[in-house]
Amino acid sequence: MPKLNLSHFEAAFLFSLFVSVVMGITTKKTNPDRLHYGAYCFGCFMLALFAIGWAMKLGHG
Amino acid sequence: MAAQPQSASSANEASPAINAWLLPVLAAWLIPGAGHFLLKKTGRGALIFASVFLMFLFGIFMRGMMFTPEKGADYLSSLINYGGFICNLAAGAMYLLTTMFGYAQPDMPGDVHDYGTKFLVTAGLLNILAMVDTWEIGTGKKD
Repeated sequence: MPKLNLSHFEAAFLFSLFVSVVMGITTKKTNPDRLHYGAYCFGCFMLALFAIGWAMKLGHG
Repeated sequence: MAAQPQSASSANEASPAINAWLLPVLAAWLIPGAGHFLLKKTGRGALIFASVFLMFLFGIFMRGMMFTPEKGADYLSSLINYGGFICNLAAGAMYLLTTMFGYAQPDMPGDVHDYGTKFLVTAGLLNILAMVDTWEIGTGKKD
């Protein structure tokens, strides 16, 4: 069985992608709403990823 | 007073038959997205299957830990163990097959293992969302 060694960014990116797809599908009632909400969730994940990443980098000096 | 029996009977009429949603929800637990396929929502079913399956697969490839239902040293540890086990179990056949084939990764330090554990738990949680969505479609609350 292969062993993956993903970086923090790669793992968080994949996590965001899969969660956004399922949340978009399950929480909205029309296809355009699903697409918009999925993209919104993914955008929020990415924003939080970069913001918290930079906060930790600046916090550690 | 006369309105009460009438509203009760209309509530009974409104509640959907159990066989309209029970099989799709069980299928959705066993195979992610299968409930949507049974309800003829193939596009959504395929996306859910791909997302949950890949999430679980990446979790296994990152050597994530499967939780076991055991008492921990304190209340919080027990809560984490039982909660994690329920989330792992929610992944359905993927969880059953991996444990049946002997996958038993111990809890190890390291960010990749830790991400793997989170991926495995989240795959189960996403499948619960998909099961609820299947139930909503089966009962007619959602298209």
